[in-house]
Amino acid sequence: MSPPVPLLEMRGIRKHFGTVKANDNIDLRLYPGDILGLLGENGAGKTTLMNVLFGVYHPDGGKIFIDGKQVHIGNSSDALALGVGMVHQHFHVVPRHTVLENLMVGQKGNFGRLPKAAIRKRMDDIGQRYDLSLDPDVRVEDLTIGQQQRLEIIKALIFGARILILDEPTATLTPHETDGLFAALRAMAAKQMGVIFITHKLNEIRAITNRVVIMRLGKVITSLKNDARTSRKRLAELMCGQPIHPPERPVKTVSDASPVRLSLKNICTTGRARTHLKDINLDVYGGEIVGIAGVSGNGQKELADVIAGVLKPSSGQIYINKQLLKQISPGIVQALGVGRIPEDRTGTGLITTLPLSDSMVLPRISEKKFNRSGFLKQGAIRQFVTRLIEQYGIKADGPDIRTGTLSGGNLQKALLARELAWDPQVLLAAQPTRGLDVSAAQFVHQKFMDLRQRDRALVIISENLEELFEISDRIAVMYEGRIMDILPVEEATVSRIGLLMAGVREDAA
Amino acid sequence: MIRFRLEQRDHTPVWLNFILPVSAILAALIICGGLIALAGANVLTAYATLFLSAVSTRFALVETWVKATPLIFTGLAVTVAFRAKFWNIGAEGQLLAGAMAAAFIGARPGLPGWSLIPGMILAGGLAGAFWAAVPAYLKTRFKVDDVVTTLLLNFIIFYAMMALLEGPWKDPLSGYPDSPDIRMEAEFPILLRATRLHLGVLMAVLATPLVWILMRHTALGFKINAVGENARAARYAGLNITAVMIITAVISGALAGLAGVSEVAGIHFQVMAGISPGYGYTGIVIAMLARLNPLGIIPAAFFFAVIITGAEAMSRATGVPVFLADVIQGTALVTMLVALLFNQYRLRWNRTA
Repeated sequence: MSPPVPLLEMRGIRKHFGTVKANDNIDLRLYPGDILGLLGENGAGKTTLMNVLFGVYHPDGGKIFIDGKQVHIGNSSDALALGVGMVHQHFHVVPRHTVLENLMVGQKGNFGRLPKAAIRKRMDDIGQRYDLSLDPDVRVEDLTIGQQQRLEIIKALIFGARILILDEPTATLTPHETDGLFAALRAMAAKQMGVIFITHKLNEIRAITNRVVIMRLGKVITSLKNDARTSRKRLAELMCGQPIHPPERPVKTVSDASPVRLSLKNICTTGRARTHLKDINLDVYGGEIVGIAGVSGNGQKELADVIAGVLKPSSGQIYINKQLLKQISPGIVQALGVGRIPEDRTGTGLITTLPLSDSMVLPRISEKKFNRSGFLKQGAIRQFVTRLIEQYGIKADGPDIRTGTLSGGNLQKALLARELAWDPQVLLAAQPTRGLDVSAAQFVHQKFMDLRQRDRALVIISENLEELFEISDRIAVMYEGRIMDILPVEEATVSRIGLLMAGVREDAA
Repeated sequence: MIRFRLEQRDHTPVWLNFILPVSAILAALIICGGLIALAGANVLTAYATLFLSAVSTRFALVETWVKATPLIFTGLAVTVAFRAKFWNIGAEGQLLAGAMAAAFIGARPGLPGWSLIPGMILAGGLAGAFWAAVPAYLKTRFKVDDVVTTLLLNFIIFYAMMALLEGPWKDPLSGYPDSPDIRMEAEFPILLRATRLHLGVLMAVLATPLVWILMRHTALGFKINAVGENARAARYAGLNITAVMIITAVISGALAGLAGVSEVAGIHFQVMAGISPGYGYTGIVIAMLARLNPLGIIPAAFFFAVIITGAEAMSRATGVPVFLADVIQGTALVTMLVALLFNQYRLRWNRTA
């Protein structure tokens, strides 16, 4: 029997940016019914390759075949016409429009009339075939992140996609939403579509794909079948090119003698945010890591903003090192020794358009170290930033490089370096390893452990339960603006935490 | 088929920073050349007259610098404001506020003569600063759109000025809407005999490196840039956005106010309806042409002054209307905005089968 014709074949794809070879002679095949995992660390060239396929970039060399015929993909419309659809990490939706209106973008009707009825019908078909339904008349801004992603997938299908590319699709989903996505992908594969799944989460590769292509530094390292022999450890080592050692969590007992570094008493918030904090009480001791779990949008962001001094509580008290805050501002909180690693690295953390050195001294620019009676000490700033770049192994061409040119992992390292350089008493970090590869995430966790060893207090907000179980001493679960419960990690199980995340208390269940 | 498309640059080459403004100006001149041809004149002769007449004699050169002075001030004012993304379209109004304050102080009979010039500079700067601080306060406190407020405040102060000129400040002898002349001691000293090269020109030229130092080497300039590039990140990092924004507005307004002081104390010695033929608005074009770099303001303002002063000579020599100067200014803004695109993007040619 002759081998089946691949749905997609990429041969010898090359693409370089400046001197960096982002794609160096990449070969890739996708057969009908495949769910192909594309695995690699940040900067391995996965996204570049898919952008070549989707017509965003032009390769410097190489050929693309679809159904065995060579094709030219000049732009995204060409890709769509050839049946290639892509769901990006950041969604391209119009928040104020309804689902139906979003789906009509780019679709042609007869005589300038919008093809509303036709789209509704297509939505029904897709809903039944792949179990992907959405209310067509709800506004996109009222959808959850998971539903917005579903909208993007439906959009690709309406354009007639047979090859669907998903770029780190689970980064912002809850476990339940991830299950739903996986079910839909399996249904598509069963209908002989091809799915390319970009990720660096190993358990997802194990769970959903039938084949894995592993990329490192712009090259394909290997391509293998996903079977019993592909252990997580093997995948991780292939991906990083080195053995993996998870961080150790030395046993530490927090006693009543340990100092309370951060204390929130009866904190409530009001205002425009969708979720309001309701009666938050939380004590964080020196030498412990408190993980905050919860489905996205249950008050974690508001809690982070309160601790960071950005959001003023409507009632309640905040104590830092037993000192009651009379006034609250980001500057005051910082001066009392709270370091903050915001969730949105480039939105509320660093400034992408300024040099890296500016981004890294931003919170401390008024301190004597960088500032003599109002004039900047340029030498001291450069020296400080150069030292941090070395210490934290940040991949950047010196302190003057534009912040935005750094990769996600390096941005996070820069942010971490910036906040840890001042030895904070309390560290608040939100989604500290989101989008980071295994080695970068390990680096971040190791830094957290070092702080814990030195009796600092850490509050880590994460939607990644695995991470929280790995590093936390206690896990607090938030639901609708309340802390449902705080469990020592020894007593916490995924199912107990899961119930609390859904708002179910054990005594009630 | 050959198609081209825009692709984002990895980095911006240094030479591009010089090439872009120059090519933008060349493009503007080529486009406006069409208009000169339509007006029936020889394009090259017209441009030669335009540029040479403004710089060929010592007198003309001094006049061009005198013309450039208010443009340098307003260009700097807009630069500082735009760096913080405070969209100050109101340099025109702040200039008028400064001019009125200067004319008021300069004509006070009771003040000692030595105090007049410092008093005018101080009052004019403060008046401009106040007129810019109002929209900055509204922006930070109530999120009122600064483009609208700064623009509309221009009209408010202009008509307030006209009300003064038609009322209490009206010249009782001639009946013209001109304010009383400032006192002799209030006039800016002339730096070069038998010309109009006054103290204000020197102030403008000195203000430029000062603003550059402010933006580049002080903590305040650092904060202004940070707030402009990402106000949310600046706030999370503990910066007081409201304070930075209002200080920015104060500096910007004071610079624009000094343009008014300099025109009153150096050129007109009074306030009248035509004291500013839109210097505040031209300042926006100059700031864009200089790409918000204070050091770029002097060449950009000088270039505009050449066009404004040269246009009259060109008009006399070739019959092309003076309004061509306005067209060149407007076109230069558009071509510069297009050129700025190439700062971050480049053209790539695709050859497809």
